[in-house]
Amino acid sequence: MVDMLDLTALEAHRAMCAGDLSAAEYGRAWAEAAAGDELNVYLWREEDGGSEAIAVERPCVAPIAVKDIFCTEGVPTTAGSRILEGYRPPYTSTAVQRLIEAGAPILGKTNMDEFAMGSSNENSAYGPVLNPWDRSRVPGGSSGGSAAAVAGGLAPWAIGTDTGGSIRQPAALCGIVGLKPTYGAISRYGMIAFASSLDQCGPLTRDVGDAALLLAILQGADPCDSTSVGLAEAPRLPDREDLQGLRFGVPADLARDAIVPGVREVFEATLAKIEQLGGEIAEISLPHAEHGISAYYVIAPAEASSNLARYDGVRYGVRAQTDGDLTEMYETTRAQGFGAEVKRRIMLGTYALSSGYYDAYYGQAQKVRTRIAEDFSTAFAAVDFVVTPTSPSVAFGLGEKTADPLAMYLNDFFTVPMSLAGIPAISIPAGLAEPAGGGPQLPVGFQIAAPAFGEQKLLDAAYALEQAIGFEPRPSGAPFPAIDQIKRTGSEEVTGG
Amino acid sequence: MAELEAVIGLEIHVQLATRTKMFCGCELSFGDEPNVHTCPICLAHPGVLPVTNEQAVRFALQIAAALDCEVAPRSIFHRKNYFYPDSPKAYQISQYDIPIAGAGRLGDIRIHRAHLEEDAAKTIHVGDSGRIHGSSASLVDFNRGGTPLVEIVTEPDLRSAAEAASWARLLRETVRQLGVSDVNMEEGSLRVDGNISVRPVGSEELGTKTELKNMNSFRFLERGIEAELARQRELIEAGGTVAQETLHFNPSDGSLTPLRSKEEAHDYRYFPEPDLVPLVPSEEMLREARESLPELPAARIERYREQLGLSDDAAALLAGDPETADYFEQTLKGAGEVEPRVVANWVIGELAAALRADGDEASAAESKVEPAALAALVILVQEKKISHGSGKTVLAAMVTEGGDPVSIVDREGLAQISDSGELEAIVAAAVDSNPEAAEQIRSGNQKAIGAIVGAVMKETKGRADGGEVNRLIRQKLGF
Repeated sequence: MVDMLDLTALEAHRAMCAGDLSAAEYGRAWAEAAAGDELNVYLWREEDGGSEAIAVERPCVAPIAVKDIFCTEGVPTTAGSRILEGYRPPYTSTAVQRLIEAGAPILGKTNMDEFAMGSSNENSAYGPVLNPWDRSRVPGGSSGGSAAAVAGGLAPWAIGTDTGGSIRQPAALCGIVGLKPTYGAISRYGMIAFASSLDQCGPLTRDVGDAALLLAILQGADPCDSTSVGLAEAPRLPDREDLQGLRFGVPADLARDAIVPGVREVFEATLAKIEQLGGEIAEISLPHAEHGISAYYVIAPAEASSNLARYDGVRYGVRAQTDGDLTEMYETTRAQGFGAEVKRRIMLGTYALSSGYYDAYYGQAQKVRTRIAEDFSTAFAAVDFVVTPTSPSVAFGLGEKTADPLAMYLNDFFTVPMSLAGIPAISIPAGLAEPAGGGPQLPVGFQIAAPAFGEQKLLDAAYALEQAIGFEPRPSGAPFPAIDQIKRTGSEEVTGG
Repeated sequence: MAELEAVIGLEIHVQLATRTKMFCGCELSFGDEPNVHTCPICLAHPGVLPVTNEQAVRFALQIAAALDCEVAPRSIFHRKNYFYPDSPKAYQISQYDIPIAGAGRLGDIRIHRAHLEEDAAKTIHVGDSGRIHGSSASLVDFNRGGTPLVEIVTEPDLRSAAEAASWARLLRETVRQLGVSDVNMEEGSLRVDGNISVRPVGSEELGTKTELKNMNSFRFLERGIEAELARQRELIEAGGTVAQETLHFNPSDGSLTPLRSKEEAHDYRYFPEPDLVPLVPSEEMLREARESLPELPAARIERYREQLGLSDDAAALLAGDPETADYFEQTLKGAGEVEPRVVANWVIGELAAALRADGDEASAAESKVEPAALAALVILVQEKKISHGSGKTVLAAMVTEGGDPVSIVDREGLAQISDSGELEAIVAAAVDSNPEAAEQIRSGNQKAIGAIVGAVMKETKGRADGGEVNRLIRQKLGF
């Protein structure tokens, strides 16, 4: 007898469609699991609405945790910010709408770095999320809540957003799969904007098969998002078992020194596995990638400074009570409503766009962005994929990097270039490594990037590699309370399959 | 000191009469209850995205075609960032360095560019001033927010307030005929701002300009510019200099007040709008814009002069108002072989005079005189069925009662005497009863013929053809 919470979303989907698993029981089991949240993952759960909405019979798609950046009609949506406390959107984002139409109940809204700005989830106005592998450590960010929910057994799968690594990095730090699709593959409508030219919705799942299924549900052109185009063909479930004839490019200019030793070992071992599966490893050059972080931290804050200007206290959200004039109301509302990192980036971005500085900053950063995209084009003429570690280190301690924004920004070193180029990239768990300073072993992510709209090829290769790696997606040693609890209290119900 | 000449450029905002707003599906409205035509997009809720209104693009392309502008094969939108409650996103989506329409021309004035953007919401400041400073509260009505606008910018080619107003009228008429806007200045669907400077006659350099706003009629536009030109001339002639600023025209007392620097000094931090893709008009859209172009006033004036042989004044008078022009052309069509110049005289001369005499404010097109009826009248006169004088009498009757000129001629007995024997007898009698005049004519004073013609006309009640009467008198006197 298999615990139904051990099923992947794809397995559960098949069982429900075949009538072997009761959608109601499955949904209820996950609602109960989510209720056991000790990681500060959920900012809102469907159960809070007092309904059995998750446990309806109709759907045959697994319930899902949604990053609190997706507007959902009538459901509190904060983007992790104080300034949107109490805000209930009057409309639903296209991504969530597609999930609902596919029959996936929404389990809850997950915690995140405020307006998706952060790599540790410590920038949430609602407190940090804890890493299920080690609760003294961060889950990564900004989709840290979604990643911890999946890794911690609080949701079968989740969606997040990735602007410079916000899906891939927390997926890596939590030992799950995170896919950032090609820019334009999934509609951004209703997804609270951080940096519009980079933001992209994507799956956070236990395995590659679930990621493919979720991508199939989410992808598609949307008349409400002019920049959305969808994929040429709906993704198929991956089943490739070898990597015969595929070339994997490793950037020669990869800052190997910045990678901590444990992560480097796992990366090298994964390259060896690729060769065992018949794949070929080649050295490639991404000469401008090292400037990615600099360009990213101009472009993203510039767009953010404009995107976040609407939070002025006039129409919705929090408004500061002042006796002064309009300007004072604006200033006080924003001073009280935004956290430190958001303010820092608004100031950076405002400066970068200011008259007299535009060419030197925003204009220059866009040129770098073009160069990086050209680097990838050149590379993809010689190889099928570009591979890197997802993050230079494993999950770091809470508070470890909060005093040094630059150190925090370097977490995105390997993920930002793909975002700037708009190409798809996936992080799969590749092994465990001991953190610097010792402690229990923690997951290491392996990033694979493909040419724009090459999702199918990417998923196929990631699947083959995933099978060969055989990563056990369970935090070992660390308690796994939610699932334990369900097993104890719901054993009769759990036997439905 | 050298004489100062005016250098004026205009910036015209045209609200497009699309069904829905520029970037969302809300209906356009005017005068409705506040904030009923709103949605998450035009209220700038978190996460919303704009989608460009295709009809607005088509309308902008029509304006571009009418102004003979170069159309950009690929234009882009920018964000213009500023904090103000009338701008819910805190930026306006506009076009910046690559507008949809580049250089063009209307009449003698060069167009610099025309671009698409969205209108701001309407703020209402509660308090005496009606402006934000000194008001006790401000209210925002988002119904107008997001209305599609085309902003047209001219080169500084205008040289007087009167020329600016008259050109602005031509532009309004042009846009009205395209059917892409209501072009109502009072309701704000047409808004004209002036960029005004003066410079010594003969100088090529531009003087420091001021921007003049809030002129919501052509009369105020002319008065406002006139006032600002006078102010600048006075300043310079007194040895001062003009400061670059934005001025608010107050129509009630004609005063000009500078807008507070806080309201105008912005660093808009323009950058390309990442939520929209570039505007690339298809061949089909460009062709449709060109083909949908009605004949516009400037082209019509040209055609009336070149093809119909009308005078400059007659051409401008007729073509300046499309309804009058259409009326003229229908009359011309009904008037067969009659020369266009003659028909034009009846429309802008005799008919206009008859309408004035009747105390009627109506234009030709609005009058009771149908184009076909006027054409019939013109033919009656041309073919000498009735005299020109009788024609005016019939026209006066048509202005009051409408109807067909032939029946009025019959009723009033105005048909010209076509029996030459009858007319000869009347002429003979008139010569006999005016012996002095007859003698003077015989001795070479041709002017004296008037007295005998007058007598004939009196006898025939104007039903005789003047030329024929002249001929018969001369014949009778042996010339």
